Amino acid sequence: MYTTDLRTKAQKAADAKDTGAKDEIVEASENEARFQARIDDEQFIEPKDWMPEPYRKTLVRQISQHAHSEIVGMLPEGNWISRAPSLRRKLILLAKVQDEAGHGLYLYSAAETLGVERGDLLEQLHTGKAKYSTIFNYPTLTWADIGAIGWLVDGAAVTNQIPLCRCSYGPYARAMVKVCKEESFHQRQGFEIMTVMMEGNAEQREMAQDAMNRWWWPSLMMFGPPDGDSPNSAQSMAWKIKRFSNDELRQRFIDATVPQAEAIGLTMPDPDLGFNEVTGHYEIGDLNWDEFWSVVKGEGHCNRDRLDARVEAYADGAWVREAAEAYAEKQKAKHAAA
Amino acid sequence: MSNKDLYEYALSLGDNALILGQRLAEWCGHSPALELDIAVTNLSLDLIGEAQLYLDYAAEVEGEGKSADDLAYLRDCLKFRNYLLLEQPNKNWGRTTVRLFLYSTFMALYLEQLQNSKDEQLSAIAGKAIKEVLYHKRFSSEWMLRLGDGTDESKAYVQKGLEDMWRFTGELFAMSDGEKRLCEAGIAVDAASLEAPWNAEIDAILVEAGLIKPPSQAMIMGRFKGHHSEHLGHILSEMQFLQRAYPGAKW
Ligand SMILES: [Fe+2]
Ligand SMILES: [Fe+2]
Repeated sequence: MYTTDLRTKAQKAADAKDTGAKDEIVEASENEARFQARIDDEQFIEPKDWMPEPYRKTLVRQISQHAHSEIVGMLPEGNWISRAPSLRRKLILLAKVQDEAGHGLYLYSAAETLGVERGDLLEQLHTGKAKYSTIFNYPTLTWADIGAIGWLVDGAAVTNQIPLCRCSYGPYARAMVKVCKEESFHQRQGFEIMTVMMEGNAEQREMAQDAMNRWWWPSLMMFGPPDGDSPNSAQSMAWKIKRFSNDELRQRFIDATVPQAEAIGLTMPDPDLGFNEVTGHYEIGDLNWDEFWSVVKGEGHCNRDRLDARVEAYADGAWVREAAEAYAEKQKAKHAAA
Repeated sequence: MSNKDLYEYALSLGDNALILGQRLAEWCGHSPALELDIAVTNLSLDLIGEAQLYLDYAAEVEGEGKSADDLAYLRDCLKFRNYLLLEQPNKNWGRTTVRLFLYSTFMALYLEQLQNSKDEQLSAIAGKAIKEVLYHKRFSSEWMLRLGDGTDESKAYVQKGLEDMWRFTGELFAMSDGEKRLCEAGIAVDAASLEAPWNAEIDAILVEAGLIKPPSQAMIMGRFKGHHSEHLGHILSEMQFLQRAYPGAKW
């Protein structure tokens, strides 16, 4: 997911050591008990409240990674704005990509309530220290990919983000409420693109099926590694940053999506897919976690392109941001003198 | 005045909005700051929305059962009527700002008059579009000041943009015979009459921003015949790709 912990085991161990050493153990234990009690009582933690350093750090990592995912996510879809096949589709896609920029903005603001700055977070993105969702390292090859992204990627995102609206950190939860409203529109427009293409000519149906084949598995991997392999989840659950496990959310998404695919005549790209009458759930074949971790490491199709695009835009825009700052300073000085 | 005149006129208004909207959208995801990604996408949304209204009307006037999409996606260079100014590449934020400033200052004056057009459709579209264009004008004027009076580097960018774009501004005030006929009928705007007020507004901002107005020079024109710059063909080949590659497909 946009929010899945994408650190390697070694990174996680180093981070844990780092935060543990800084805590003042005695005072912390009292504060910590009060903090946990508030969380257990379903109260929101607000920026001014005391919070354990690992909680703050976890949130900074998760929220900034989420923000980075929103803005990097603008690139694969932005790739098709100039080629959208009708004026109506162009308007919808522009509005959608603009929403994603807005999500990025809310999320950077939420992260900033935790004592970090957007510029520093971007620096971490640009140097590769911070991650973003692996899903955006796959290329958008045909117009059907815009449908598949809206339907599957935004669909997976919204499945993950609805529970985040009740996350224990107030500013993050509130940002997610705004985001979720827009995500469901994103999902609908994506599904509509797929539906129209499946009703179209043979070439359009081929594009739609091919997009389904390419995006299905990576979308499922957006929910993160299987529960057995994500040891950090327990702590996040106790802090109520996370409310459901990766596998639970993944299952929810599969159960909702398979019937949609079948309804419009798409073939599921999984020969092992079956419906379990006893559990009432779909069961899927094996996910390729080696591919997932290789994309996390930067070996995906588009990792280099995406990062280059972000770094380039930021570097090319430096003189503009500097000019805006210099102008604002001059205006302030003028007003002070007047 | 004939239907052909009105068709060409509605088409030119639509093409202007469409081509500038298409250009500005190129910034989406690549602008200097997240706030500008959002702002520039808004501009583009406004413009493509306007293009849809004008082109719908053009198609209706033409009366051949075409849609706005048919007009946007299935005409070639010689049939496009937009100002050459609008198809020029963005290059950098300085030049993009200059172009938007020159054009939206002009369009604010233009739409104020088009609102009084005897053609009800055009006056209604103008009434909606002017609110958006006034915002575009304010946005770009503010950026002219910021860049002109920001740093030496930003001043150099925006001054260069001004010099590069100036030769396309003459076309804003040129009118075709058809437009003159529509003008006499109280339908089209007398663009030539806007030159003086436009210059006054441009001068005021340039002075405040500490920028130098380019000297009078040969103006490059060609839209009435579809004689564009080389850039339009590339915009069209990208924009029209799917409609051209899969004729008749619904999307
Ligand atoms: Fe989003
Ligand atoms: Fe979205």
